Amino acid sequence: MKEDVSIIKVEKLVKRFGDFNAVDGISFDVKHGQLFAFLGPNGAGKTTTIKMLTTLLEQTSGKIIINGSDPQANKDKVRESFGIVFQDPSLDDDLTAFENLEFHGVLYGVEKKVLYKRIESLLKLVDLWQRKDDFVKTFSGGMKRRLEIARGLIHHPKILFLDEPTLGLDPQTRNHLWNYVKALNKKEGMTVFFTTHYMEEAARMADNIAIIDHGKIITQGTASEITKKSRTKTLEEAFLKLTGHALRDESASAADAFRTHARAWGRR
Amino acid sequence: MGAIYVMWLRQIKKYWRSKPRMIGSLGQPILFLVALGFGLGPIFQKAGGGNYIDFLAPGIIAMSILFSAMFNGIEIIWDRQFGFLKETLVAPVQRWKIMFGRTLGGSTVSFMQGIIVFLITLAIGFRPKSAESVILAFIFMFLIALLFTALGTAIASRLTDMQAFPLIINFLIMPIFFLSGALFPLNGVPTAVKIIALVNPLSYGVDGIRAALSGMGQFSFAIDFGIMAAVTAIVLFIGTWMFSKIQL
Ligand SMILES: Nc1ncnc2c1ncn2[C@@H]1O[C@H](COP(=O)(O)OP(=O)(O)OP(=O)(O)O)[C@@H](O)[C@H]1O
Ligand SMILES: [Mg+2]
Repeated sequence: MKEDVSIIKVEKLVKRFGDFNAVDGISFDVKHGQLFAFLGPNGAGKTTTIKMLTTLLEQTSGKIIINGSDPQANKDKVRESFGIVFQDPSLDDDLTAFENLEFHGVLYGVEKKVLYKRIESLLKLVDLWQRKDDFVKTFSGGMKRRLEIARGLIHHPKILFLDEPTLGLDPQTRNHLWNYVKALNKKEGMTVFFTTHYMEEAARMADNIAIIDHGKIITQGTASEITKKSRTKTLEEAFLKLTGHALRDESASAADAFRTHARAWGRR
Repeated sequence: MGAIYVMWLRQIKKYWRSKPRMIGSLGQPILFLVALGFGLGPIFQKAGGGNYIDFLAPGIIAMSILFSAMFNGIEIIWDRQFGFLKETLVAPVQRWKIMFGRTLGGSTVSFMQGIIVFLITLAIGFRPKSAESVILAFIFMFLIALLFTALGTAIASRLTDMQAFPLIINFLIMPIFFLSGALFPLNGVPTAVKIIALVNPLSYGVDGIRAALSGMGQFSFAIDFGIMAAVTAIVLFIGTWMFSKIQL
């Protein structure tokens, strides 16, 4: 496929919940074969955007084209073109690790022979091969996360959405996973759309970055373009400069507030 | 085909692994059989109704299927709560297949539950007319399972509230059950009740099972089967449509 063809095209996309604009008129393009990082503080609107891109939520207004089709008008067509690892858990706890992957493979029409090979290699990749016949409910949080990512990689989609895939994972696993994703991206030209709160991950992996805050895209470009524009050294500094230092989650718990408070007092 | 099959298989696996669920859901039918069968049996007989177990057993079989089938819907609510629903909603499979596989799986489970209750009625002394009549009864049992699983699933696909589901289902189940002729014959009841019973699809399911197993039917098999099949098709259609509209 041609390099500079857009595989995801979003124009003036809006999602309103009640009278609150969670996504507030964003536009961006993701080119075929790119690793695209979608960054932003908690509550910025990342997951909401991904839900609209992946047919799970209808937009209030604006246009989306995924692999040539509209996710609302042509759901089945769009669903054939992507895979996704959700931010929230989505495994069946009452099935084994193996069964979860097998179920996914059949649902996505992966050929039997290929399927069992991939299940084995992916379970080995995420270091769960020994536990393949254990029920998911007996897994730790990180193990579940690893299984979930393995599942997302079972069928090789044209576009892979990863919503904070590495959240709660140890550095070794994170490293392994990104190498694997990068290799797939190289070998099969798979486009990857991901969110993360680890800025160094984004800076290292992404061909292109968009930063969203309060439902609006505040900057776009490569990591070096963004740092240059904001006159900072690292992407993390740029991110903080652009989005401010305040805690973003409106519902930040009392414990969080207390911690911030304690930190402030502790640093005198 | 693959998608419908795995959706079905998943329900069966989960049912098979949950022995407490299997055993727990037998308590109510057994209680009804024993309490009503032995308690009301003599009165029923004295009133000229014939052998009450012959009348009651098909009703209790239908009851166990009805309850189990309606509550199958809760699996969608759980899947939504625990996130697994998303996994099936983004799959490149038409949603009617997902819905149909689920419904088929739930129906199979409820149908098996009905067979277990049928075996219990045999143990208590119920004797069906013939072996062929059992096959005929199984057809009606499966239709009941399918119809009410589809109904429960349709309702559940519109609910996001885990607590509300059992309340709504209980609210619906009771009149459906009591006004279906499962426990007492419908020929002596007031007209108003009779009309409700006549629009209640379960009446025809119960009647079909009863006609097959005990030869005590009110309507013809054609009417029983025709109405059950038609209502099931309609509810399946509505359920599939509602499921296809789920948003997260
Ligand atoms: N179903 C909903 N109803 C009402 N508001 C919602 C709903 N879903 C999301 N929101 C709101 O939309 C905003 C964006 O949420 P979203 O989940 O997209 O954030 P995010 O960028 O993914 O954040 P995080 O980094 O914490 O995952 C938040 O303020 C959230 O409260
Ligand atoms: Mg999110």
